[in-house]
Amino acid sequence: MENLGVHNCTPKFIERKVTSMSEYMLEMRGISKSFPGVKALDDVTIKVRPGTVHALMGENGAGKSTLMKCLFGIYKMDAGEVIFQGEKVEIVNADDALHKGIAMVHQELQPIPERSIAENIFCGRYPTKSFGPLKVIDHKRMYEEAASLLKEVRMEYDPKAKLGTLSISQMQSVEIAKAVSMDAKVVIMDEPTSSLTDNEVEALFIIIDDLKKKGVSIIYISHKMDEILRISDDVSIMRDGQYVGTWEAKELTTDMIIAKMVGRELTNIYPPRDDIEPGEVLLEVKGLTSILPDSFKDIDLTLRRGEILGLGGLVGAQRTELMEAIFGIRHCSKGEIYYKGEKLQIKRPKDAISHNIGLITEDRRGTGIFGVLSIADNVSISSLDKYVDLGIVLNDKKIEELVRNNVSKLSIKTPSSKTLIQSLSGGNQQKVIISRWLANDPDILIMDEPTRGIDVGAKYEIYQIMIELAKQGKAIVMISSEMAELIGMSDRIVVMCNGRVTGEVSGEEATQEKIMQFATKFN
Amino acid sequence: MKTKSFNGKALITENILIIIVLAMVIVVSILKPNFLTMNNFSNISVNTAIRFIIALGISGCLITRGNDLSAGRTVGLAGCIAGTLLQKPDYGDRFFPNLPELPIILVLLIVIVVCSIFGLINGCVISFWQVPPFIATLGMQTIVYGICLVYTKSLPLGGYRRDYTAIASGKFLGIPYLFFIAFFIGLFMWFLYNKTRHGKYMYAIGGNESAAEVSGINVAKTKIRIYMLASSLFAIAGFLLGAKAGGATTGLGLSYELEAIAECTIGGVSTNGGVGKVSGILIGVLVFELLKSSMQFLRIDTSWQYIVQGAVIIIAVALDLRKYLAKK
Ligand SMILES: Nc1ncnc2c1ncn2[C@@H]1O[C@H](COP(=O)(O)OP(=O)(O)OP(=O)(O)O)[C@@H](O)[C@H]1O
Ligand SMILES: [Mg+2]
Repeated sequence: MENLGVHNCTPKFIERKVTSMSEYMLEMRGISKSFPGVKALDDVTIKVRPGTVHALMGENGAGKSTLMKCLFGIYKMDAGEVIFQGEKVEIVNADDALHKGIAMVHQELQPIPERSIAENIFCGRYPTKSFGPLKVIDHKRMYEEAASLLKEVRMEYDPKAKLGTLSISQMQSVEIAKAVSMDAKVVIMDEPTSSLTDNEVEALFIIIDDLKKKGVSIIYISHKMDEILRISDDVSIMRDGQYVGTWEAKELTTDMIIAKMVGRELTNIYPPRDDIEPGEVLLEVKGLTSILPDSFKDIDLTLRRGEILGLGGLVGAQRTELMEAIFGIRHCSKGEIYYKGEKLQIKRPKDAISHNIGLITEDRRGTGIFGVLSIADNVSISSLDKYVDLGIVLNDKKIEELVRNNVSKLSIKTPSSKTLIQSLSGGNQQKVIISRWLANDPDILIMDEPTRGIDVGAKYEIYQIMIELAKQGKAIVMISSEMAELIGMSDRIVVMCNGRVTGEVSGEEATQEKIMQFATKFN
Repeated sequence: MKTKSFNGKALITENILIIIVLAMVIVVSILKPNFLTMNNFSNISVNTAIRFIIALGISGCLITRGNDLSAGRTVGLAGCIAGTLLQKPDYGDRFFPNLPELPIILVLLIVIVVCSIFGLINGCVISFWQVPPFIATLGMQTIVYGICLVYTKSLPLGGYRRDYTAIASGKFLGIPYLFFIAFFIGLFMWFLYNKTRHGKYMYAIGGNESAAEVSGINVAKTKIRIYMLASSLFAIAGFLLGAKAGGATTGLGLSYELEAIAECTIGGVSTNGGVGKVSGILIGVLVFELLKSSMQFLRIDTSWQYIVQGAVIIIAVALDLRKYLAKK
C-alpha cells in the first residue's frame, strides 16, 4: 500500500510562487462570493498561463466549482474581476462565456437523455444550412461533425444514438467532446475523470495535450493526485474558500499538495485493518441473467459477513447493471438471489431494502440526491420507518439527532441540516448519500463508485466507515474504477468482463496486471 | 451587509404579488369603507375556505410534478350528488321523490367515496400506465363531466334541506362554520405534509422520482394516495359549495382547477416539484380571493376581472420560474 507520509518541506521551497510568466491567458483577481450562510470564495486570485494545464485543488467544499461557475457566468461574483487575454471582461452567462472563448465540462452532468448524442453536443449551436429564405438545421453535417469529434475523443459511438443509452462514463466523454468542440481559448474541466475509466482517461490526456499545443489553457479540477502531477503545469490550491497559493507542478509532490490542501498531516490513503474472518454467507446469487441480451449473464456470487468484496472491470462490464438488478432496479430473466439462505423475490428497490440490502448508486444526480430537499430529508428518507410514533407521527427529534450524528460523523460541510442538498459541493452531496444508507443500516451495502469526487481526507473517512461496517459483521460490495482503491480496500475482488464473471483474486494477491488480465478476457 | 440588502430585494421580488394585492386591499378599504366590514370578511372567508380545500387537494399532485385537471368537474359532481340526496322532502321537483331523509354525514361519506374512486383511477393510470398526469386527468375531467350529465339528466337542483345549507350559512361566535372546517382540513394537511412518511415521500417523489424509487419509496402507492386524497378534498369542497349556493347545476365547479393551480403557484408550490407548504397555499388562496373581492368592490367590469386574473396567473408562474432561473 502506498504510504503518504508528509515530509518536512521547507516553507521557502513551498512558497516559491510561479514567477516566470510574462503574460497570462486568464486572470481572476480578488474574487469573492457568498451564499446565504457560507462565504464560498474569499478574495481568490488565480492566473492561468497560455497553453498550460492549471490544476485547481482543494478539499470538498473548498470553492473550486464555485470559482469556475463565477468565471463561466453561472454565478455572479460579489467582488473581483476577470482579465481574459489582457482585457477586463464581464461574463454575464454561460452563452456569453462560450462566445468569449471559455468552455466548461461541468462536475454534474447535464445530459438530455432523450435526444441523440449529436444533438447533445451541438445543442444551442446547431450547424445550419439555408433552405430558401430559412435557416434550417443541417442534420447531415451535424452527424458528420459529431462523428469526427467522437472519434477524436476515442468514443466511436453512433452520433444518432440516444444519449440515454450510454453509461455515465460514456456520457462524461460526450460532455468532454462537447466542450472541446467549442474551439475555446480556455477549457474548464471540473472533475472530468471522476467517472471515466483508465482508457478514457488516457484518451482525455491526449486531447488535453493537443489543446495545449494549440495554445489553449485548461483549468483542471480533480481529486486524483497522480493525474494532477502527471498533466498539470501549475497547481493552485484552495482551502475553505481562500486562496492558498500557486506552484509549478514539478516542484510539488503528492504529500505537499495534501498538506497544503488539508492544512494538516495525513499519513495513509487506506486505513489499517485487522483481518476479519468472514462469517456466514449473507448473499448468494445463482445464475443471474439480465432480460437484456447484451447485459450480464449467468452470474454466481457469494458474499459473507465481514467481507468487503471489490467488483472490478472495464466500462461495459455490466457491474452496475448487475448490482442494480440485485437491488431491483433492473429485471432478470433467470437466476436466484438468496439472503441468508432465503430465496428473495426482488421486484423493486423496496423489496431489497426490506431484506437489508442498500445501494449507493453511481449516478448521484439522477438517482441519488433530492436536490430541492434539505440535507435532513435526504439523509432520513430511507429510514423513516424506524422513526414513527403511534403508527404515523414522525419523531422529529430523533430524526434530527440521526441527521446531526451523520453530518458530524462524515464531516459534511454545511451551514445547517436544513440547507438544501443542491447547494452543497459535489463531494459533500456524496457524503450525504452515504449517510442515508448508514442511517438505514443495511446488512449488505452495495457501493457503486463510493468515493467519486471525494477529496483525499474524506476518502479516508469513507474507507474507515467501510471497515467499521465490515467489523460490525456487515458485508460490502464495492464497484470501483480506481484500481488502487479496489486493491487497497477489498478482501476479495471479482472481475467482470462483458457481462460475465471472468476471475477472482484475493485482496493480498491482487495486482493491477491480474485484474486487467481478467477484465479484458473477452471470450 | 451587502448580502443583507440583496436578500431584502430578493424578498420583495419573490413576494411582489402578495405585496401588490395587500396594497390593493389597503387602497380599496380607504376608497370603499364597507370593504372592511365583518360581513365582507365573513364572505371572503367562506369563499376562501372552499377554494383553500380545493387548492390543498391539488397541491399534492403539483408537488409530485403532476396535476389534476379533473378537480373542477369532481367538485361539480360532488355538489350534484350531494344535492340530489339532500333535498327537502316537500320540494316539488325532487330528484329522488321517495328518498328518505338521509343523515348529512352519510351523504358526505357517499360523496367522498364516489369521488375518491376517480382519484384512484387517476393515480393508477398515472402510476401503472405511465400516462402523463396532465393528459390522464384531462381525460378524467371529461369523463367526470359526462357522468355528472348522465346522473343529473342535466337537471338543475334546488330545494335543499335547511340543515344542509346551514353548514355554509351557520356561524359560531360570529365566525362561519366553513372557516372552522377549512381550518381543520388545513391543519390535517399540514400534519400530513410535515409529520408523516406520506408527506416526506411526496416531497421526495417531487424532488427526484428515480431517486425516490431507489430509496425504497413505493412511488406508485404514494401517488395513488395523493390522487385519492385530492379527489376526496374536491368532494368535500363540492359538498360545501352546494350548501353555500343552495343549489347546483352541472356547470358547478367549472375550471376551478385552474384557479387552484394558480393559487398554489402564487403560494410558492413549485411546478418543478418537491416544493410547497400549506401556509403558502393559504396565502395564495387569500391573495386570489382578496383580488377578486377588491375588484368587485371597485366595480371593475367582470370581463376585465377575467383579464386581470389571467394576467396574475401568468405573472405568478413567471415569478416562480424566475426563482429557479435566477442567478444565485
Ligand atoms: N448554490 C449554492 N448555494 C449555497 N451554497 C453553495 C452553493 N454552491 C456552493 N455552495 C457552497 O459553497 C461552498 C463551495 O462549494 P463548491 O461546490 O465550490 O466546492 P468544491 O470545491 O467544488 O468541492 P467538491 O470537491 O466537493 O466539488 C460549499 O460550502 C457549498 O456548500
Ligand atoms: Mg466541485
